[in-house]
Amino acid sequence: MDGVLTVAFLKAAIIAGTPLLFATVGEIITEKVGNLNLGVEGMMLMGAVIGFQVAHVTSNPLLALIAAALAGAIGALIFAFLTVSLRANQVVTGLALTIFGTGFSSFMGKGLVGIKLSDEFSASFTSIKIPGLGDIPVIGEILFNHDILVYLGYLTAILIGLYMYNTRKGLNLRAVGENPAAADAASVRITAYKYGHILLGGALCGLGGAYLSLVQVPVWQENITAGRGWIAVALVIFAAWNPYKALIGSYFFGGLDIIGFRLQGTGIQISQYFVDMLPYLMTIFVLVIVSLKKDRKNAPPKALSEPYFREER
Amino acid sequence: MQNGSVYVSMRDITKTFGNVVATDKMNLDVAEGEIHALLGENGAGKSTLMNMLSGIYIPDSGHIFIGGKEVKFSSPRDAINAGVGMIHQHFKLVDVLTALENILLGKRKGFLLNKKQHYHEVRKIMEQFHLEVDLKKYIYDMSVGEKQNLEILKTLYRGARILILDEPTAVLTPQETVVLFKIMRRMKEQGCSVIFISHKMNEVMEIADRITVLRKGKTIATLNKAETNPEELTELMVGRPIDLSINRIERVTDKRVLKVRDLRAVNEEGVEVLKGLNFDICAGEILGVAGIAGSGQKELCEALAGLYPVKEGEILFKGENLVGKTPKEFITRGISMSFIPEDRLGMGLVASMDMVDNILLKQYHHTKGFLKKKPAAAKAEEIIKKLDVQTPGIHHPIKNLSGGNIQKVLLGRELDSHPELLITAYPVRGLDINTCLRIYDILNEEKKKGVAILYIAEDLDSLLGLSDRIMVISNGEITGIVDARKATKEQLGAMMLGKKEEEYAV
Repeated sequence: MDGVLTVAFLKAAIIAGTPLLFATVGEIITEKVGNLNLGVEGMMLMGAVIGFQVAHVTSNPLLALIAAALAGAIGALIFAFLTVSLRANQVVTGLALTIFGTGFSSFMGKGLVGIKLSDEFSASFTSIKIPGLGDIPVIGEILFNHDILVYLGYLTAILIGLYMYNTRKGLNLRAVGENPAAADAASVRITAYKYGHILLGGALCGLGGAYLSLVQVPVWQENITAGRGWIAVALVIFAAWNPYKALIGSYFFGGLDIIGFRLQGTGIQISQYFVDMLPYLMTIFVLVIVSLKKDRKNAPPKALSEPYFREER
Repeated sequence: MQNGSVYVSMRDITKTFGNVVATDKMNLDVAEGEIHALLGENGAGKSTLMNMLSGIYIPDSGHIFIGGKEVKFSSPRDAINAGVGMIHQHFKLVDVLTALENILLGKRKGFLLNKKQHYHEVRKIMEQFHLEVDLKKYIYDMSVGEKQNLEILKTLYRGARILILDEPTAVLTPQETVVLFKIMRRMKEQGCSVIFISHKMNEVMEIADRITVLRKGKTIATLNKAETNPEELTELMVGRPIDLSINRIERVTDKRVLKVRDLRAVNEEGVEVLKGLNFDICAGEILGVAGIAGSGQKELCEALAGLYPVKEGEILFKGENLVGKTPKEFITRGISMSFIPEDRLGMGLVASMDMVDNILLKQYHHTKGFLKKKPAAAKAEEIIKKLDVQTPGIHHPIKNLSGGNIQKVLLGRELDSHPELLITAYPVRGLDINTCLRIYDILNEEKKKGVAILYIAEDLDSLLGLSDRIMVISNGEITGIVDARKATKEQLGAMMLGKKEEEYAV
């Protein structure tokens, strides 16, 4: 198997897993507050196209990333308004958001197809070796010699994890998703928590999309996410709504995503179509395993996808 | 009995929901260091009034004074800040968090969660009020009593001086009730005002200092406990004199309808929940079942209705062993089961459907082709008339009825199938006196017709008054079957805790 499980492969898996990581952590925080947003794919695409557009016009990486995050957040705002304020069905709203985001990115990206971002822009995302950590043999090369957004991915997952489990706001956030009536009685502002975290989740999805269009591919192509948003939704379950576990899951699925290229390189004959199926097969497999193992600590938030009315009994 | 000056005062409080006047110019005064009971039937406005004191509802008109100052609450938080804490009937706790995390929920001090520091703060309050709660335990591992203690602790931790308990004993075992009353007395000693909502006369007489009686949205009277008696209170509450005694009809035959032999069952975790039960029920007999919550009542009910897998033993119904048959076969042979769970909705009826559809649920397999709604609608009308169900109509969703009426619908439907064996668990859970008596009457009518009834309840008074014999179960075992005419509450209590009754009266 040499040639497959090499340092270069594992390093590439991290890169391929980074958009998944942003989207998964974003969806975790959304679901933890009790809202199932199936619009991940749509929000990623919105972030991807707006980020690319801004990068193309301004060549400013920071502006492009901010614009991408905002685009994702605006998608999430539509979702939040419909599901929190109007208490619409979350599944239907999320699906609508995905369809909307897909159409929006095709529309906005019409004139961008095939355009490559400038070298000057791409230079902002060259690998930076972290002093010290990057010098550890093997691990240093795999984990600590990357572009800045990969590091931002690590940081996001860890910070969100610390936030969820070690702060007061994180405790309140978890309570809102589990039992909003209890949180309400404890004077947690339900609507504010829901809006805030859904928007944050959307921004992270937008960033995930932007990583694809700005760094991983740097050429605009239609439907650039190619179903990664759906894998992120499944990864949330794989990670048991835990941002730390999302790190492992995202990079594992990142590896599955690129294994086809690597296998071709080694001369092993497996149908490309089969290899393309792998992440989705794995998703089904993971869902089966997780559903069989009934465990209270790994269960979804209890009030997930239920609208909250204070005076309903 | 007033220890302090008036601390909470509610004046001319009116609240309407649509056309319904829930509270009509109600008044209430509660002093410091007193336990004040709010007594009233279902729908008297007890909970509505207290929801306004705790900031959940906003009164249409009227004034609330706390410590002499007028307050206006627009959210529960305002009420908490003013020192009002309410323990709801349905606990507001997050299952997957620990006790301590639930206590800390919603507090706004500091960014990080410093559990150690808060642990000691909470311990101090526990010592002050003699409360026992395992702070590291997860809620899903807790019993109902533990959860209630935690709710009280949570409220006290927020600095509540006025505690409202909404029917706190409805879900507690007698033992847990004793503990709760101890805690309430301790709160009183510490100068708190405790408002106790209940319709259980004996509890009100035991714990309250003063009693305010409400009826149909109006304040009827406030009395000192020492100067009143249960008869007077009941009359004020119901509006007319009422006979509180439960009638017992003597059973006539010795024909055994059901024989259970060495019944054993295990739960999902492999723990034995029914440990070899042996008992009989005769036609026209009410066999009461007493036991601490979770002693195997639910499993027994479900096993007798064919819903719970039986590991060993026989269920002989009119001589035929039904073990291994499907629930449908149990129903066609004339066994009917109604179980009222703690949340009072959730078993047996579909909340969002109307009465007609709920009746059809148990009947559709008798008809071929399309559903026949007309006979079901006629049956619904009949149930409404027979059991005096308060509802705007047969097509009104069940969930919008009050708890008592939902229970009547469930019982009515089960009786409608003319069962020979009726299994009924907690049929009067959370109901007021009038409705309870009506349900006892219904059970007695069935008994007269020769129906064998297995009556599971938590209220020992009704068990002693209604049953022919009482079977006590403890931890999945029968600790004794006694004659209800001779048994005493103390005897039953000891047996519920596992003490075996040597004399088996048959």
